[in-house]
Formats: sequence, structure tokens, C-alpha cells
Amino acid sequence: MAETYWHSVTLDKDACKGCTNCLKHCPTQAIRIQNRKAKILKERCIDCGECIRVCPYHAKKAVTDSFDILKNYKYNVALAAPAFCAQFSKTENINLMLTALKKLGFDDVFEVARGAQKASEETRKLMSSGELLSPTISSACPAVVRLIAIRFPNLIGNIIPLRAPMELAAIQARKEAVEKSGLSPDEIGIIFISPCAAKVTEIRSPSNVKNSEVDAVLSMKDIYLKLAQTINKIDENEIENLSFSGKEGILWAVPGGEAVASHVERQIAVDGIQNVIQVFEDIEDGKLNDIEYVEALACIGGCVGGPLTAENSFVACSRLKRICKPLADEKLGLNDDIVAQWDKPLIYRPIMNLDKDINIAMEKMIKLEEIYDRLPKLDCGSCGSPTCRSLAEDIVRGYAKETDCIFKLRERLSSFVNEMVQIDKPKTEDYSSDKNNNDNGSK
Amino acid sequence: MAALTMHYTVDGNDFTLAGDCSSKVKKSLTQLGFDPATIRKVAIAMYEGEINMVIHANGGFIDVSIEPDKIVAVLNDHGPGIADINKAMQEGFSTASNKVRELGFGAGMGLPNMKKYSDEMNISTKIGEGTIVTLTFYTNKTNN
Ligand SMILES: Nc1ncnc2c1ncn2[C@@H]1O[C@H](COP(=O)(O)OP(=O)(O)O)[C@@H](O)[C@H]1O
Ligand code: SF4
Ligand SMILES: [Mg+2]
Repeated sequence: MAETYWHSVTLDKDACKGCTNCLKHCPTQAIRIQNRKAKILKERCIDCGECIRVCPYHAKKAVTDSFDILKNYKYNVALAAPAFCAQFSKTENINLMLTALKKLGFDDVFEVARGAQKASEETRKLMSSGELLSPTISSACPAVVRLIAIRFPNLIGNIIPLRAPMELAAIQARKEAVEKSGLSPDEIGIIFISPCAAKVTEIRSPSNVKNSEVDAVLSMKDIYLKLAQTINKIDENEIENLSFSGKEGILWAVPGGEAVASHVERQIAVDGIQNVIQVFEDIEDGKLNDIEYVEALACIGGCVGGPLTAENSFVACSRLKRICKPLADEKLGLNDDIVAQWDKPLIYRPIMNLDKDINIAMEKMIKLEEIYDRLPKLDCGSCGSPTCRSLAEDIVRGYAKETDCIFKLRERLSSFVNEMVQIDKPKTEDYSSDKNNNDNGSK
Repeated sequence: MAALTMHYTVDGNDFTLAGDCSSKVKKSLTQLGFDPATIRKVAIAMYEGEINMVIHANGGFIDVSIEPDKIVAVLNDHGPGIADINKAMQEGFSTASNKVRELGFGAGMGLPNMKKYSDEMNISTKIGEGTIVTLTFYTNKTNN
């Protein structure tokens, strides 16, 4: 399957200064600097959004839809991620926030937290069935799922094959909208309000459902200002009763929420993509045999720390917990007949391979090691590759050359200059001191 | 074609570094395009061997040789040696100290698992001199 998939994370070339911030932070080494601009290697990018967070020039962006997309549909439902209700310092009233969201131009709103509750119910069923590999890994974070697909093929079988809460909620949201409006399913717009870049990608190029039920995505950040203003203008008596979800579903937005809801005692909640990688390495080595369930979220702080959120993630986490406190654990979930499992298997994409032919790959690896030996091992990133090792890799793949390393270039130049000096000198003169110079130079 | 060889030093004084070498080998095998099941076997067996070198033998060297159809890892230490290999191979047998057990090692499953996940395992050991464990893995020919 050679199809290159669509990505949400993109580069604004004009804003990019070609610095090494994103280069050094990308967890899949998917960024190179070429001609003083960053370049995203599409096959490797998992849309985790780390580069969006670290770019000091805001040159990394997530492509989302604009508000105009609502015009494409006769009836629009805003699908609000649970992180949504932690974004506003003015209020902790979920119904007020959802009413304001609706007022922006939607016909209805639907909480993803209800899908999360459904996912928790299904997780508990599957976990007690004994059919899953241990430790079982959550499938909720699409950046993590993509990470596994390119880097941890041995863990594909450990992922719980459940659709993400967003997908589950979208199925029911469309059904309800059809009933309420009398329109046909394709006249309904299911618009996800996203804290997350990876989910935007997931909607356009799903990794484990054939077609996403979500039609478009608005970034939380983009609608934040408008929403904050709308919230201020709403009267007490205008507030609609729009929130039906319980604590369990809402807390999926923060670390530990999903893991606790799994009701598995031996569970861990891992947030931050680097931490996730470390834990996956440990699982591969057989080190985590006493753990049964792993919640893994790419963002530090979970989805309230998503790259498209507006509020400080620590504040948002604290606020979300306060909001949930008076709520029952479980409230309204989804219909029982909604199919929660994937309808397409996750496929290993071996993009780290040096070559399809193992013999050629081995030759390249030998060359890679030789080149790496010669490099200074400073991992400075000035060559445009994230580490000396990855430069060596890029060289054997044919994308770079040894003199891209500024130290190698300097070596080349100084030996070149030396040569020039030799050529310049009259041959007969000062033969002995010249020889001395040469000796010193070569040591 | 020449085999690809790698040489690693295992630090006997730092538990936290144990696993470094198997992790590097895992990365290389992935880059070479070995099939995931083979990589998993190599990673688990090597990791256990590496741990043993740290907790029982004060570290040493690991040499890995990779060919398209065969991977060989030689784990070489100058530790105390293994007095009774048959006993050591039993599931649950361990001479690990309490201190080591507190760290979560010493379940006595290392050697049995190394045997289980490798296709061939050879131990040559001499009391007071050290131990050489050779792990061989054959890959399924169907690589693409
Ligand atoms: N490299 C080694 N050097 C000395 N003794 C070893 C070595 N590897 C294993 N042993 C001995 O074999 C025993 C069993 O090893 P293993 O099955 O890995 O269990 P564990 O490491 O949990 O003790 C160890 O307790 C130790 O006595
Ligand atoms: S943690 Fe949440 S916001 Fe971050 S990438 Fe994963 S799903 Fe998206
Ligand atoms: Mg052991």
C-alpha cells in the first residue's frame, strides 16, 4: 500500500526560519531542514502536533475546516470533545458552554463524552472476555495508534480494536439528527470541535474504520474567541439543557480517566509521546508483564493538552475535574446497536526500512555504520537531520551527503585550503619547514 | 555477503542501562526489514541476557551478527560463572539477592525465556572466569 495519506499538520513556509526546534522534538524523526526550511516526511508523520507546540515562529499548523463548511449541510451538529468544557475561565456550567456553541450556528450539539462512556462499557466487556493480548493498549489516541503502525508492529495485536469516542458519538449524532430533522443522512453535517491535530487526519484518512462518520473539523482554538464572547452574552434563562454525559466519559480528556473507567486494577495511564514510546519499548521487551491495561495519550496532560486547545492544560485539567465532581459516573451513553469495533484492521507500515530487499538493506546498514563512525556524534542538527545517525541514514537513502555536516564540511574546506596553499608555494623554497607543517597537519 | 556485526558494552553498575543494547538491536533489525515476530523474539531473549549480565555478572560485551536468514548474539561476561546449568535453566530458579529482587528482577524466568525465544541457545561457563551465552535465531525466509 503505497498511498501517501493526507496530513493535518503542515508547514507555513514563509513563517519557517529553518531552526532546529521541530527537528529535535519530532518523536518519529519525520522532519528535515532543507534549504533553510523545515520539511515534513509524510510517511513518517503521525500528526501528534509536537512541532505545533514547539515552533517559536508558529510555522507549524494543523489544517482544519473553516466555519463556512456549515453551509455545505442543511443541518449541522457540533460534536464537542470532552476537553471543550474545560476551556473557559468564565464558567464551569457545561450547559452554558454547549448553548453558546450551538448559538454559533449549529442546529444541535452532541457530546463526545457519551461516545467515551460507550467505549468504556465496551472496553470492560472486552477486557473481561479474556480475548485480548496483555497488556492491552487503548485505541483512543490516533497519534498513538499511528505510532504503533509505523514503529511498534509487535504491539498491533495489543491494541483494543475499538473505535474512538469521537467516531462512536458521530454515528449516534447522525442518527438522532436524521430523526429530528427528517433529512437524509448526507444532508447532515457532523462537525467535530477538536483539541487535536491527529483526529483531523483520522477523519480524512482513517486507520481503522473504512469511512469516518465525521464530516468536518473546527479547531477549538479557532472558535475560542467567538465562543467566549457568546458565553458572556447568554442570559440565565436562555441556557438549554444540552449536557447528558457522566463523569466517566468526560474524564477521558485527562490522564487516567479512561484507564480508571476500564475498571482494570493493573492499569497505567501514560501521557506525552516520549513517555508512550518508552513504555511501548518496555512492553516489547517483555518488561511490563504485570500490567493489563495501558492508556496512552500523545499529549502531555491528555486531550486537554492537545495542540489545538486554548487553555493552559494544567488549569483545564483541574477545572474539568471540578466540573465533573457533582456528576454521576455514568449517565446517557449511546444506543446498544452501535457497532463499536473497527471495521478495518490496522496495518503495519514499515517505513523505517532501509530497503525492501533485505540484502540491499544490509549493505546500506553497513555503509550507514561506517558513515556514522566518521560523524562527530554531536547531534547538533545543523545538517538538517535530527541526529548524526539519522544523517547517516539519510545519506545511504540518497537524500543527503556527508558534507551536509558542518564539521565535515569544515574538514573538507580546510584540507582544500591547505592544498591550495601547497599549490601556491614555489616548489624549491623552504622544503623542510613545509614538510613539518604537513606532518603536524595530518596528526 | 558479509554479515553485519555490532559490538556493545554492557555496564555492570547501572541497572537503568540494561536493555539499551537489545533496544539498539531492535531498531537496526526494524530498519533492515526483518519481520516483526523475529524482532520480538530477539528483543526479549537479548533483554533477558543483558539483564543477567548486569545482575549476576557485572556486565560485559555483546556481539551481534546479522545475516538475512540468521541472527547470532554472543553475550560474554567475566562474572562468577554458572555452577549448575541444569538448575539455572529451571523455571523459577534464581540466586538473585534480596536487593536485586526488590528491584523487580530475579524471578528465575530469564534463562528459560531465552531458550524459549531463541532457536538455539548455547551456554559455556567456567566458575570464577565467566559465561558466554550464544543465542541463535533463524528468520522465516519470507521477507518482503
Ligand atoms: N551471566 C550469568 N552469570 C552468572 N550466573 C548467571 C548468569 N545468568 C544466569 N545466571 C544464574 O542462573 C540463574 C537463573 O537465571 P535466570 O533464569 O535469568 O533467573 P534470574 O536472573 O531471575 O535469577 C541466576 O539466578 C544465576 O544464578
Ligand atoms: S492525546 Fe488527545 S489531543 Fe493529543 S493527540 Fe491524542 S487524541 Fe489528540
Ligand atoms: Mg535473569
